[in-house]
Amino acid sequence: MRLYNSPYVRQPNSVTRVMLKVLIALLPGIAAYVWQFGPDILVRVLLATVTAVGCEALMLKARGKPLALFLSDLSAVVTAWLIALAFPAIAPWWIVVTGTALAIVVAKHLYGGLGQNPFNPAMVAYAIMIVAFPSLMSQWPSALPDAVTSATPLDTLRTGLRATDATVASVMADARVFGELAGRGWEWVAGGFLVGGLWLLQQRVITWHIPLAFLGTLTLVSGAFWLAHGAQYASPVLHLMAGGSMLGAFFIFTDPVSACTTPRGKLIYAAAAALLVYLIRVFGAYPDGVAFATLLMNICVPLIDMKTQPPVFGHKGR
Amino acid sequence: MNALRRLFSFNGGVKPETHKHASTREPIVPLADLPLPPVFVVPLHQSVGGMPTPLVSAGDRVLKGQRIGGADGNFSSAVHAPTSGLVRAVEPRTMAHTSGLTLLSVVIEPDGRDEWMPTPPLDWRAMEPDAVRSWLRDAGVVGLGGAVFPSHMKLRAGRATPLRTLVINGAECEPFITCDDLLMRERAAAILGGIAIMRELLGAAEVLIGVEDNKPEAIASLRAACAARGDATIQTVAVPTRYPAGGAKQLIRVLTGIEVPHGRRSTDYGVQCFNVGTAHAIQQAIELGRPLISRIVTVAGNVASPRNYEVLFGTPMDFLVRQAGLLEGTTGFIMGGPMMGYRMPALDVPVIKATNCIIASSPALFAPPPPEMPCIRCGECARACPTDLQPFEMYWHARARNFGKVQEYNLFDCIECGCCSFVCPSHIPLVDYYRFAKTEIWDRERKKESADEARVRFEARNERIEREKREKSEKLAARTSAARAQASVADAADAPAAPGPDRQALVAAALARAQAAPTAPGEARATPAAAPPEETATPPGPTAPADKNALIEAAIARAKARKEAAGDAPAAPAATARKERSPEEKQALIDAAIARAREKKQAADSPDKEAP
Repeated sequence: MRLYNSPYVRQPNSVTRVMLKVLIALLPGIAAYVWQFGPDILVRVLLATVTAVGCEALMLKARGKPLALFLSDLSAVVTAWLIALAFPAIAPWWIVVTGTALAIVVAKHLYGGLGQNPFNPAMVAYAIMIVAFPSLMSQWPSALPDAVTSATPLDTLRTGLRATDATVASVMADARVFGELAGRGWEWVAGGFLVGGLWLLQQRVITWHIPLAFLGTLTLVSGAFWLAHGAQYASPVLHLMAGGSMLGAFFIFTDPVSACTTPRGKLIYAAAAALLVYLIRVFGAYPDGVAFATLLMNICVPLIDMKTQPPVFGHKGR
Repeated sequence: MNALRRLFSFNGGVKPETHKHASTREPIVPLADLPLPPVFVVPLHQSVGGMPTPLVSAGDRVLKGQRIGGADGNFSSAVHAPTSGLVRAVEPRTMAHTSGLTLLSVVIEPDGRDEWMPTPPLDWRAMEPDAVRSWLRDAGVVGLGGAVFPSHMKLRAGRATPLRTLVINGAECEPFITCDDLLMRERAAAILGGIAIMRELLGAAEVLIGVEDNKPEAIASLRAACAARGDATIQTVAVPTRYPAGGAKQLIRVLTGIEVPHGRRSTDYGVQCFNVGTAHAIQQAIELGRPLISRIVTVAGNVASPRNYEVLFGTPMDFLVRQAGLLEGTTGFIMGGPMMGYRMPALDVPVIKATNCIIASSPALFAPPPPEMPCIRCGECARACPTDLQPFEMYWHARARNFGKVQEYNLFDCIECGCCSFVCPSHIPLVDYYRFAKTEIWDRERKKESADEARVRFEARNERIEREKREKSEKLAARTSAARAQASVADAADAPAAPGPDRQALVAAALARAQAAPTAPGEARATPAAAPPEETATPPGPTAPADKNALIEAAIARAKARKEAAGDAPAAPAATARKERSPEEKQALIDAAIARAREKKQAADSPDKEAP
C-alpha cells in the first residue's frame, strides 16, 4: 500500500481535465474555420492528432513511461490541434505530419516530456517548417466561396504597401482577401478563438495577465504607428483580428509550461511578445510573428521569472 | 458595529468541503457521560519545549489533577494525571504521531473513584503576573489550536511594542473539526473569562475574536456572552470562510491587516493570538484551579454518529471512537483535519493536548491520491498559497535536492497548510516535498553543528598535545644540561687526562637523545644549543691509547645512562617510554664509539673526524 500524508482531500482536477478544457475552448475557432473555409481543416486536425498520439506513444515507450497514464493526459492532442490551426490548411499533408512529429519527438520528449519543454512544441514545429519550406508554409486558402490560394492578409498587406502610392486603404479594398475588420473569413476564426479564450479565463484555466498584456500592447503599438501614419500602417483592429493574434493571446502564449509563471512576469512576457509580433509582422519577412515571438520570449522566461518573484507573506516592502 | 469593522484578506486559500454539519447536531458529550477507559497512557511530552521530568514512578497512587510531569525549565509545560488511580509503569509508548516513535509515558490504571486533588482557585488579580504565568505553566496550559505552544510563554507583551490587539482564534477552518465551534456555542462565558485574564496579563487594548462566518451559532453565543459581561472591548468578528483563515498569521492579517513575517513574533507588531480552547483552559486553570487534563475532541469520519466529546488526555483513541460507533472499513485514524492532520500509527494511541479531532478514515472517505504526473507549471499552487510562495519552484528544487535554492524560494515561510497539494492538477504531494526538504536542511544543519563542535574539540586537543610536548622537551633540556654538568664533574674526577674521548662520548649521547625524539621542536632546539659549547671548549687533543680510551668511554656512557635512568624515574609516561628505548641505542652508540676508537688507533697520526 502506498503511504501518503496530508492533505487527504483534493480538488477534483487533473492534467487531463485542464487539457480537455483547452480543446473545448478551441472548438468555436474550429467551427468558424469550417464555416468560412470548408471542412478541410477537420482532416488536418485528425491527421495531426493521429501523428501526435502515435509519436507520443512511441516516445513514452522508448522512455519507459506508463503509456495509458500519459496518453490520456491529452497534452499531445492539444499540441496537435494547435499545429493544425497554425499551419496553412492547404499545405501538403506531409508538412503537417513532419511538423507534428518534430513537435512531439524533439520539442517535447527530447527535452524531458510533459512539463519539461522550455519551448512551445507547436511553435517550434511552425518555426522549423516555415524556415525549411517557406513557400509551402505561406500559401493560405481564402474564404469560401472563392477558395483560391493566396498569401495571408498580413502578407498581402505588407507586399501591397511596397507599391508606390499604395495605402492601407487601397490594399485592403481587395475584397477577395480582406473583410470588414481583417482578413476575410479570418476575422471570424479570430472571433471564435476570442470566445473560447474568454471561456478559458472564466474556467480559471488561464489568468487574465497574458491575454490582456498581449492584446493591450499590440493595440498600443499598432495604434501608435497607425495614428502617426495611417496610410502606411494598418489599424489596431486589423492586427488584433488577423493572423495568430487571438490564437496566440489565449492558447499559445498562455501555455503554462513554456511561459512565465509569476503575475508580473506574465505581463512582461506577453507585452514583449506583442512588441515582437508587431515588429516581425510589419518590418520582418515572415507572414506572421507569433511563432518567433513565442520562441524568443520562451528563452527569456527563466530570467523574467527570477526577477519578478512576488513578495512573500510578511516580506512585502522589504 | 462589527459589520463596520474593515476586514483584510490574505491571498490564496481554498474552499474544501467542510463536513462540519454532522458533528454539530448534538451538544458536547460531557466528561461525566464518557466511561473511564481501562487504562490511561499519558505521554510526558505534550507541548513544544522541554521534556517534562516524571514525578511519579510505577506503584505510586495518583489523584486526578496531580502533577505527574514537571516542567523542565520555563520553556516547557507540566503534565497531570487525568484521573485517580495507580501508576502501572513509566515507560516509552507509541506516541500520537505518524512516525510511530515512542515517548516516555505514564501508564495509569484508574481506580474508578475519579478523586480530585484539592483545586484552590487562584486569586490572580492579587498576584505578580510572573507568578500567574508560572501557575499556568504548572497547570499544563498549552495552545489547544494544535500547536501546543506553552501558553505562559506567549502571555507577555513585546519588549519594544505595547500590545494593541489580542486576537482570539475561533476560525476553525479545517474540514471536519468542530470542537471550537461547540465550545464557543456552549461555554462562551468561560472563554470570555479566560480572555479577560489574558488581556490583563498582556495589557491588550482590544480583543478581537475571529470566527469563520459558517458558525453563526458560535458567533451569536459569544456576542450574547459579551453583552452579558457588558464588555465593549471584546468584539466577535465574523471572517470569511476560506481555508486557512484559522492559521494564526492569516487570522491576524484578516482582522488587523498586519502581516507577521516568518521568524518574527507577532508581539513585535503589537498583536498576540490564542485559540478559544486555550482561553477556556486558562479560565479553568485560574478560576477553578483545575490543571489541563481534558479537552474537546471532535470524533468524525467513518463513525455512526460524529460528535464532540470532552476527553481526558491519555484516553486511547480507539476507546473514544468506539463511543461514536466505529464503522466497518475504517483503515486508520487521522488526528487533526484532512488538510494538515497526521495519520496515526496505531488505533490505541492516546488522546493528547494537540488532539482536536480524530477522523476515522476509510478509502471511501479519503481516496488514495491518483498517480502523480509531471508538474505543468500551471501555477494553481501559487494562486492557492496563503503565504504567496511559488510552490512549484520549491517542488522543482526540492526534487533535485537543491536545498539552497529551495530556501531562496522561502521554504521556511511554508506553513504546510496543504492548499498547493489540494489544488494540484498533477496530484503531486507538494507538501511532502517541503517536509522532506525541511528535515534534510535541519539534518544538515545539525551535522554541520556537530562537525563544528568536533573541529573545535580537535583543535583544542592538538593544542594541548603541542603544549605538553613543549613542556616535556623544556624539562628534558633542563635535565640534559644538569646531567652534562654532573658528567663533566665525573670526567674531572675519573679521567682528567683524556678530555677528547669524553667529549666524543658526550656528543654521541646527545646525538642519541636527539635521534630518540627527533620531532620534538623543543628538543631539536635544545641539542644544538647544548652541543656547540663543548665542541668549542677544547680543541681536539692528541689521541690517548685507544683501548684504554674506549674502555673509559664505555664506562662513562654507562654511568651517564645510569644517571639518566635515575633522573628520569619520576618523569611522565612518555619520558618512561624514551628511557626504555635509550639503553639499546646507547649500547649501539657505545659499540660505534669503540669501533671508531679502534680505527683511530690504526690511523694513529690523523685526528678523528667526528662524523656520526
